[in-house]
Amino acid sequence: MAKMGKILRHLKPLRLSIAAALSLVMVRVLTELYLPTLTAAIVNEGIVRGDTGYIVAVGSRMLLVAALGGIASIAANHQSARVSAAFARDLREEVFSRVEDFSLHEFDKFGTASLITRTINDINQLQMALLMGLRMMAMAPLMSIGGIIMAVSLDPTLSLIFVALLPFLFALITIIGRRGIPLFQKMQVKLDNLNLILRESLTGIRVVRAFNREEYERERFQRANEDYTNTAIKVHQVMSLVMPAMMLVMNLTIVGIIWFGGLRIDRGFMQVGDLMAFIQYGMHIMFSLVAISFMFVQLPRALASAQRIGEVLDTLPTIRDPEKPVPVADMRGVVEFKGVTFSYPGAERPALCDISFTARPGQVTAIIGGTGSGKSTLSRLLLRFYDIDRGSIMVDGIDIRSIGQADLRAKIGYVPQQAILFSGSIRDNILFGKDKGEAEVAKAAEIAQATEFIRKTPAGFAADIAQGGKNISGGQKQRLAIARALVHKPKIYIFDECFSALDFKTDAKLRAALKEETANATVIIIAQRVSTIKDADQIIVLEKGRIAGIGTHGELLATNNIYREIVSSQLTEEEIA
Amino acid sequence: MSSRYKERKTPDLGPRRGGGPHLALPVEKARDFKGSFARLLQHLRPHLPALALVFCAAILGTVFTILSPRLIGQVTTIIFTGVVEKMKQVPGAGIDFPRIGKILLLLVALYLASSLFRYLEFFVMARVSQRIVSELRNRVRAKLTRLPLKYYDSRPHGDILSRVTNDMDLISSSLQHSVIQITEALVTIIGILIMMLTINGWLTLITLVTLPLSFFVTTLIARHSQKQFAAQQRELGALNGHVEEMYGGHLIVKAFNYEKQSLNRFKAINQRLYEAGWKAQFMSGIIMPLLGFISNIGYVLIAIVGSIFVTQGRIALGDVQAFFQYSRQFSHPIVQTANIANILQSTIAAAERVFELLDEGEEVADTKGALADFAPRGDVAFEGVYFGYSDDNILIKDLNLNIRAGQTVAIVGPTGAGKTTLVNLLLRFYDVKGGRITIDGVDIREIKRDALRKCFGMVLQDTWLFNGTIKDNIAYGRENATTGEIIRAAEAAQVDHFIRTLPQGYDTVINQDASNLSQGQKQLITIARAILADPPILILDEATSNVDTRTEILIQRATARLMQGRTSFVIAHRLSTIRAADLIVVMNKGEVVEQGTHTELLAQGGLYAEIYKSQFSTTQAG
Repeated sequence: MAKMGKILRHLKPLRLSIAAALSLVMVRVLTELYLPTLTAAIVNEGIVRGDTGYIVAVGSRMLLVAALGGIASIAANHQSARVSAAFARDLREEVFSRVEDFSLHEFDKFGTASLITRTINDINQLQMALLMGLRMMAMAPLMSIGGIIMAVSLDPTLSLIFVALLPFLFALITIIGRRGIPLFQKMQVKLDNLNLILRESLTGIRVVRAFNREEYERERFQRANEDYTNTAIKVHQVMSLVMPAMMLVMNLTIVGIIWFGGLRIDRGFMQVGDLMAFIQYGMHIMFSLVAISFMFVQLPRALASAQRIGEVLDTLPTIRDPEKPVPVADMRGVVEFKGVTFSYPGAERPALCDISFTARPGQVTAIIGGTGSGKSTLSRLLLRFYDIDRGSIMVDGIDIRSIGQADLRAKIGYVPQQAILFSGSIRDNILFGKDKGEAEVAKAAEIAQATEFIRKTPAGFAADIAQGGKNISGGQKQRLAIARALVHKPKIYIFDECFSALDFKTDAKLRAALKEETANATVIIIAQRVSTIKDADQIIVLEKGRIAGIGTHGELLATNNIYREIVSSQLTEEEIA
Repeated sequence: MSSRYKERKTPDLGPRRGGGPHLALPVEKARDFKGSFARLLQHLRPHLPALALVFCAAILGTVFTILSPRLIGQVTTIIFTGVVEKMKQVPGAGIDFPRIGKILLLLVALYLASSLFRYLEFFVMARVSQRIVSELRNRVRAKLTRLPLKYYDSRPHGDILSRVTNDMDLISSSLQHSVIQITEALVTIIGILIMMLTINGWLTLITLVTLPLSFFVTTLIARHSQKQFAAQQRELGALNGHVEEMYGGHLIVKAFNYEKQSLNRFKAINQRLYEAGWKAQFMSGIIMPLLGFISNIGYVLIAIVGSIFVTQGRIALGDVQAFFQYSRQFSHPIVQTANIANILQSTIAAAERVFELLDEGEEVADTKGALADFAPRGDVAFEGVYFGYSDDNILIKDLNLNIRAGQTVAIVGPTGAGKTTLVNLLLRFYDVKGGRITIDGVDIREIKRDALRKCFGMVLQDTWLFNGTIKDNIAYGRENATTGEIIRAAEAAQVDHFIRTLPQGYDTVINQDASNLSQGQKQLITIARAILADPPILILDEATSNVDTRTEILIQRATARLMQGRTSFVIAHRLSTIRAADLIVVMNKGEVVEQGTHTELLAQGGLYAEIYKSQFSTTQAG
C-alpha cells in the first residue's frame, strides 16, 4: 500500500484535472437522477390533471437536463482520457530513466523481460485502471448514493427493499468470485503450458524429426490441449451464471418494488409517477452496485501492477558518481588491479579473488580460463558495471570509483561476447551516439573488416539494421560491434571472446589490422582458445576466480600446469612445440 | 508476414478482444470473407444439434425478456386507473390487487424462464466453442507434423505460435459471444418492433426516428477512433521496440554512455504515444454518453407525446412506461450489431490465417513400397547431387561423395558456408533436386522417413532439451528404454557422475530454458541421447565455445566413444578432428568447393590450404 502511495504521487500535478473530471461526473449523475424525478412530475401533475402545457414545459426542461448531462459526460471523458494518459506518460518516463541509471547489479535483480513488462504492460494496466476509475469508479458510488437519497426522499419505507437485496447481490458475487477466479488462474497456467509445448516442438523441429518423435510430440500437445480445453469449458460455464443471475436478481427486485409500491400507493403514501421514478432509481442503484463489485475484481490486478512498478522506483542505483569526480582529460590507459575481490550478490564464493595485475599501453594482455573462471566478470569490473568488495582498480593510478562513470567508459572500447546491435543504420550503430565524421566511421569499419559486406549492400553505411541485428549474420554483427568500439579511438580496449563468430580468414585479417590500430593502446583480450592469444605480451590464467599464473605463452608452458592442460586440450603436440 | 506478426505482438492497450466495448479496435479485414466464413461454418457442422439448442434458448430467453415491460406497463395502468377512479370517487373503486398479483406472478415466471434459458445458452455454448477450437488446434498440430522443414525455416516461430494461440483465442471468444449476441440482437430488434407497433404506431415512429441518429453517430465515431487506436498501437509498438532494445542492450548502452540519447528518444515516442493515446481513449469513451444523450432525447419525446396521448385517453399510462423501456432496449442491439460486424471481420481474418496454415503444401509422402525396416552398415554415397533452397539458386552442383561404413567425414568452411545443408539432405529435411543419395546403395527416397531417420543420431551445437526430467530427455533417443540402459548411456557419455550430483539425480527436471544446466552439460546429455539411440550413422556439430576446458575434455572423450564403428559426419572446427577425418568436404557460400584428405587438400593449395594457414600459422611461431 505504501508503494501505491508512491505511485499516486504522480497524480499530484494532475489534481486539478482530476477534480474537474470528478465534478463533471457529478453533474452527469445529478442529471441522470433528475430525469426520473421530472418524469414523475409529468405523470403526477401533468397526466393526472390533463395539463398539456405543463407536460410540454417539463418536457423541454428534461431535454435541457439531458443535454447538460451529455455535455458533462463528454467533457468528463475528455478530462479522464487526458489525465490517465498523462499519468502513464510521466510514470513511464520515470521508470525508464530510473532503469537507465541502474547498474548491472540492479538490472540483474529484475531481469530484462521483467523490466520491459514493468515499463510497458504494468503501466498500461494502471492507465486503464485509472481511466476506468475516473469514468466508472467515481460514477458508481455517486450514482448509488444519489439513487438511494432520491429513493429514500420519495419513500423511505419502500427503500428498505434495497437493504433486503444487498445480501443476495453480495452472495452471488462472492460465489462466482470464489469459483471463478481460481479457475481463471488455472486456465492461464494450462494455456502457458500448451504454448510451451508447442514452442519446444517448434524450436526443436530438427531433433524431433531426427528422432521420429513427431507422433509423441503431437500426442503431448493433444493431451495439454484437452487439459486446457476442459478447464476453459469449466470457467466459461461458471461465468455463464453471472449474467442470468444478475438479471434475475434485478428483475425480481423490480417486481418487489411494483407490488409493495402498489400497496403504498393504495394507502396514499405515494403517487403513481413516483413509483415509475422509483423503479428508475432502483435500476441505477443496482447497476452501480454491480459495477462496484466488478471493480473490486479488477482492483487486485491494478494493485499488483502498481506493486511491481513501485519495486523498480524504490530501487536506487548502487553505483553513483562521486560528488567531486577527478577530471581525466589526458589518459595513458594504464590499468591496474590491486588485490581485487568481488562476489555477485547472494553468491557463496567470490567470482574473483585477490586479483592483481597491470596492463600497460602498447601491450596486449590476454586472459584465459574456462567458463565460470571469472574472465568476463573482470571486464565488467573495469567498466564499473559492478563495484568491487575489496582492493582497488586503477586507471593511470586513479581509483575508478573517483572518476565519473561516463568519463571512465568514454576511454574504453568494449566489444562484448555477444554482439548486440540496435535498429538504425549501420552508420548509427558504429557511431552509437558518438560525434564523429564519415571518415572515422569508414576507418573503423575498414579495420573491423566490415567494409566488404557493407559495400555489398545497396545502401552501404545507410543500410538499415533490424532490431537485434536479425537481418545480418553473426560474423557481420561481430564486426560491426568491433567497429563501434574502434570509432572513438579509446585508450583501453576490451575484447571479450569476440572473435568466435568469425571465420578463420577474417579473424586473421582483422587481428593484423587491429594490431596497427591499437599499437599505443592498452589491449585486454579475453579468450578461451589458446590460438587467439598465443602472441600476447602477458597471459593471465584464471582458474575459479583466482590467478593461476601470469606470463608469456612460452613461460606459462614451461611452468604452469593449468595452462598446459588448457593448451593440450586444444592443440596437438606438434602445434604446441 | 513478419511485419504483421510484429504488429500483433505488441501489447494492446485498451479493451481486450472478447470482452468489453470492441468498437474502437482497429479492424483487420478478411481477404475472402465469404469463402473463409463458409469454411469456418464447416467446422461448426458436427456441433449443429448443440448450436440449434443454443439458438432456440437464445430466442426463447429474449422473447420472454421482451414481453416483460408490457406486463409491467399493465400493472402501472391498473394502479393508475385505480387511483384515478378513487380520486373521482367512483363507488367501489380501488387498485385491483388480485389482478396485479396474477400479472406479477406471470412476470416472475417469465423472468425465471428467461434467466434459465440464458444460462442454458451460455452453458452449452461454452462447451461448443471450446470444443470447436480445441479440434481446430489439434488439426493444426497434426498438420504441423506433415509440413516440410522449409515451412519452419522460412518464417519466424512466433508467427506459427501466434496462429495456434492468439488467432485461436480470438475465434473461440468470438464464437462464445458473437453467435449468442447476433441471435439475441436480431430477436430483440424484431420483437421490440412488434411490441411497440401493437401498442402505438406514433410512439413507435418517434423511437425509430432516433435510430438513424444513433447509427450515424456510432459509425462516425468508430471510424475516427479506429484511426486513433491504430496510431496508438503504432506508437506503443515503437515504444515497446525501443524499450526492448535498450533494456536488452543495457550493458552496451552503459559501456558507450548512450543513456542520454536513449532517454531522449524514449521521451519523444512517449509524448507521441500520449497524444495518440488520450485521443483514442477519448473517442472510444464518448460513444456511450452520446448514445445515452440520443436515447434521452427519445425518452423525453416519448414522455411528452405519450403523456399528451394519455390525457387524450388514446393510450394507457402503463403503455408509455413500457415504451420508455423498449426505446432504451432498442438502441442497445443496434450498437451491438455494429460491434459484431467488426469482431466478425477480425475473426474471419484470424480463421483465414489458420486455414492458410492448414492449406500449406505437405511433405512429399513416402513412396509406396518404401522400406519400413532398414538396418544399414553405413555406406553413404552422394551421386551427382544437385540442390538449392530455391529453384533459381542451385548451390550444390553434381556433388559426388563416397563414404564407407565407419569412416569420418569432416565438413569444413567459414561461418555461413551452408554446412548444415548436407545434414538437411541426409535426413531428408529437404529433398535433392537432382541425382541421389544412397545408404548401403539404397536411394534414401526408397526408405520410409522414420526408418531412414532411425539410422541417424544427431548431436548439434544448438542442444535441444525439453521441459522434463533428465531421464526423459535421454530416453528421447529411444522409446521404451529401460532405466539401466539410460544410465549406461549416461555413463558412456561421461555425464552420469554429474547427473548424480544433482538433488533429484536422473529425475531432476530441466526447466523451461534449460538454464539450470551449463552448455557443456547439455551437450553431454544430447550425446547420451545419441548413444542410447545407437544409430549406424552420426551427425555431429563440434562445439566452438562456451564450454570450459575440463568439460570439453569430457565431451571429446564421449564423442570419440560415440563415433567408434559408426559412419560420422562432423561439422568440424578442431584441427585434430579435421586431420583425422577420412574425407574433408570444404564448403563456402553454400557450395561444396573442395573434397579430399588433409594432405591432398593442402597440396591443392585452395581454400582449405588458405584457411589452414591463416588459422594455424601463428601456432608455428610459438
